[in-house]
Amino acid sequence: MEAKKFNIKKILSNYALYFIMILMVVVIGSMSPKFFSWRVLRDILMQSSTRIIVALGCLFILISGSADLSGGRTVGLAAVIAGSLAQKADYYIKFWNLPEMPPIVPIFAAVLAGLIVGLLNGFTVSKMKVPAFLATLGWMMVVYGTNLLLCNKPPNNSQPLGGFLKNFTNLGSGNIKGIPIIVFFALGMCILVHILLTKTCLGREIFAVGSNAEAARVSGINVFKIQMITFALAGACYGLAGALEAARTGSANSSYGTSYEMDAIASCIVGGCSMTGGVGSVLGVFLGVIIFNVINYGLTFIGLSSYWQWVVKGLIIIIAVSIDMRKYNTN
Amino acid sequence: MEDSRYILELKHISKSFPGVKALDDVSLAVKPGKVHALMGENGAGKSTLMKCAFGIYQPDKGEIFVNGKPVVFTGPANALQNGIAMIHQELQPMRSLTVMENIWVGRLPHRNLLGSHWVDWKQLYAQTKELLDDLEIPIDPKAKVQTLSTSHCQLIEIARSVSFDAKIIIMDEPTSSLTEVEAELLFKLIRRLTKKGVSIIYISHKIDEILSISDDVTIMRDGQLIGEWPASELDMDTIVKRMVGREMSNRFPAKNHTPGSVKLEVLHLTSANPQSFKDVSFTLHEGEILGIGGLVGAQRTELVETIFGLRKKASGEILVDGKHIDINSPEDAIRNNLALLTEERRVSGIFPKISVMENVTIAKQTADYGVYTNGIFINNGRRREDTEQFVKAFDIKTPDLKAEIQNLSGGNQQKVVLARWMLLTPQILILDEPTRGIDVGAKYEIYSLMERMAQEGKAVIMISSEMPELLGMSDRIAVMCEGHLSGILDGREATDEKVMFLASTYQNAEV
Repeated sequence: MEAKKFNIKKILSNYALYFIMILMVVVIGSMSPKFFSWRVLRDILMQSSTRIIVALGCLFILISGSADLSGGRTVGLAAVIAGSLAQKADYYIKFWNLPEMPPIVPIFAAVLAGLIVGLLNGFTVSKMKVPAFLATLGWMMVVYGTNLLLCNKPPNNSQPLGGFLKNFTNLGSGNIKGIPIIVFFALGMCILVHILLTKTCLGREIFAVGSNAEAARVSGINVFKIQMITFALAGACYGLAGALEAARTGSANSSYGTSYEMDAIASCIVGGCSMTGGVGSVLGVFLGVIIFNVINYGLTFIGLSSYWQWVVKGLIIIIAVSIDMRKYNTN
Repeated sequence: MEDSRYILELKHISKSFPGVKALDDVSLAVKPGKVHALMGENGAGKSTLMKCAFGIYQPDKGEIFVNGKPVVFTGPANALQNGIAMIHQELQPMRSLTVMENIWVGRLPHRNLLGSHWVDWKQLYAQTKELLDDLEIPIDPKAKVQTLSTSHCQLIEIARSVSFDAKIIIMDEPTSSLTEVEAELLFKLIRRLTKKGVSIIYISHKIDEILSISDDVTIMRDGQLIGEWPASELDMDTIVKRMVGREMSNRFPAKNHTPGSVKLEVLHLTSANPQSFKDVSFTLHEGEILGIGGLVGAQRTELVETIFGLRKKASGEILVDGKHIDINSPEDAIRNNLALLTEERRVSGIFPKISVMENVTIAKQTADYGVYTNGIFINNGRRREDTEQFVKAFDIKTPDLKAEIQNLSGGNQQKVVLARWMLLTPQILILDEPTRGIDVGAKYEIYSLMERMAQEGKAVIMISSEMPELLGMSDRIAVMCEGHLSGILDGREATDEKVMFLASTYQNAEV
């Protein structure tokens, strides 16, 4: 009997996240019944999409036991690079003097840029042994500076980039049978990352390195390689998110992606990732992101000042992690 | 009514955790100035009982008396005020601070000046010096703790308890990471303390130690009290029998293996670290257990970790089956059929938050991506099969294969890590302190596994700081001292004295 009672308590703390979310939706919905509509759901999903992809990158990093502060600025750089390659031929401030290209080119370039930032992060952390927090803080600044310099290139002179081709912006704002294309991107990435983490040797080695890097080394795992791959994968996620962000908004400038890394870390932690590595799941991260966007959207929806979002988001992080800590302490 | 002959009495203590009854009506009575040993296998409830006595846990039922007066502890601070101190299993000193700060932290002597407290360093030094001199601990109060050895950290911890004017000091496995010589230092201090009227509650798995140091022995099993006896009435066999609840005729399995041809040759191996070992040469045969003895600081772990590619060598050669091999990383070592069970299970052995199944299969999976995958995706069926086979063969006690390894007992964790290596079918198996912190029953099982491996013709190296284990298990014993190999003894002729002699050969020599 005792064991069963314990389980209920365990379920309550294990699924606190779901209860918080349901509670929020019910409260917002009861204040404004229009909240339960397809349009609202679609908007929330669309807004969450790029955030989910950034958070998936962050998930790799947290599982491997590292930290990454460069995510947001990498999104910004990738957005500008993608945007600059997606402009119409006759746009009046053309970034590069290049012909129109299919949308795969800007996306590929953005992912590549993210990948390179990831490799730089990984090398600095894994080879130079710089603590991840500092290494990625350093690269974050370098990336932001590079982005500012890039945007300042004549004839652009720090203006926002615009004039994107329709087939590029379509990826961000178009839809198939009413479902936004960008949502397919986000869900597709979720499935891919989930499979990679749970079903492949690489995924399990990322968990192993995060759980105990020293034991991983002794067991014959090439920890350097795994850390490089982890940061590269994260960077690629940021790159893709940047390109989609440009496509969704039809614009890009150097301030894109600001503080996305913090939101991503918060979503991961609220979604059950451990800051010490070795723990985390795609489903948790997905819900974490959705919760924050429900707050963003829902509070505006019921007419509350958007400033309140910050207070509520902060409290959610603190409450979620406190519940998590209690769970570990009672063990 | 309470008996004040006892300085500390725990009466009818019961304590439950969700799903388990950790303590069931256990009583313990400690006389002043005596060493009271508390024994039992892992999971018997010793640590839980002591945490109740120290106020970390509150018992569900039962009473605690100090000097005959009933007390209720709300926390460790409360227990300290009542003269009870505890030396923890894993010491966590503040490593970057000095010895004196570690001892008096929170109670630093100070002067008031300009409305602030200013540390009185002179007074701090003086009172620390007095304390350490009184206990005859030869450590400079101004030394940084990170420069001290584990054993000295422990002595500092004990001095700290004394500084609280503790009348009862609980020591949980204090010698588990000490060599015999260092343990002797600790015993001297214990004897000095008991002369001052301090009582010691002493938890240990090492029976010979218990018999030599303690006055009374309480034995527990499965959360219950088995009984209390004067140490003088006990011997090793009776203690073991009462602890495990069954007859254990031998502490070591019968030797039934014969060494064959040379498997591994190490020639003039020198560490890249000038502080570490120099010019070590030895051979290892198939079907042989080679023990490596020595004091802490003899660089034994450094030696085997260099052979395994975890550390860099400066010069020297390693030959397997007569062929020169190059090992620069654990991957190279594994490819050459070597396996290493590391010394610190928690630091470099287990993946704590990961399942038993993955803990068993991770090395094999990494060595060959093909074994568990259908091209890309992992096939759990094959992983489960492999794990089940070892869970059965090694008698690993786990609720299921998906359980996180951190929830298993130390002995079972060790068997899981051993299974991880055996799954790779290594030819050369290096075990670094394989039975540290493991109870008697599990120890015997580990010994049996070693014996079985030797019978299968595997070459086994075992580093051990426990003399009986070293003498009982090894075919030959290589003894190291200060980074040198000071000699290799035949297992049949080796004795305590011979090993100790070799282990201290270079101790005072200038090298």
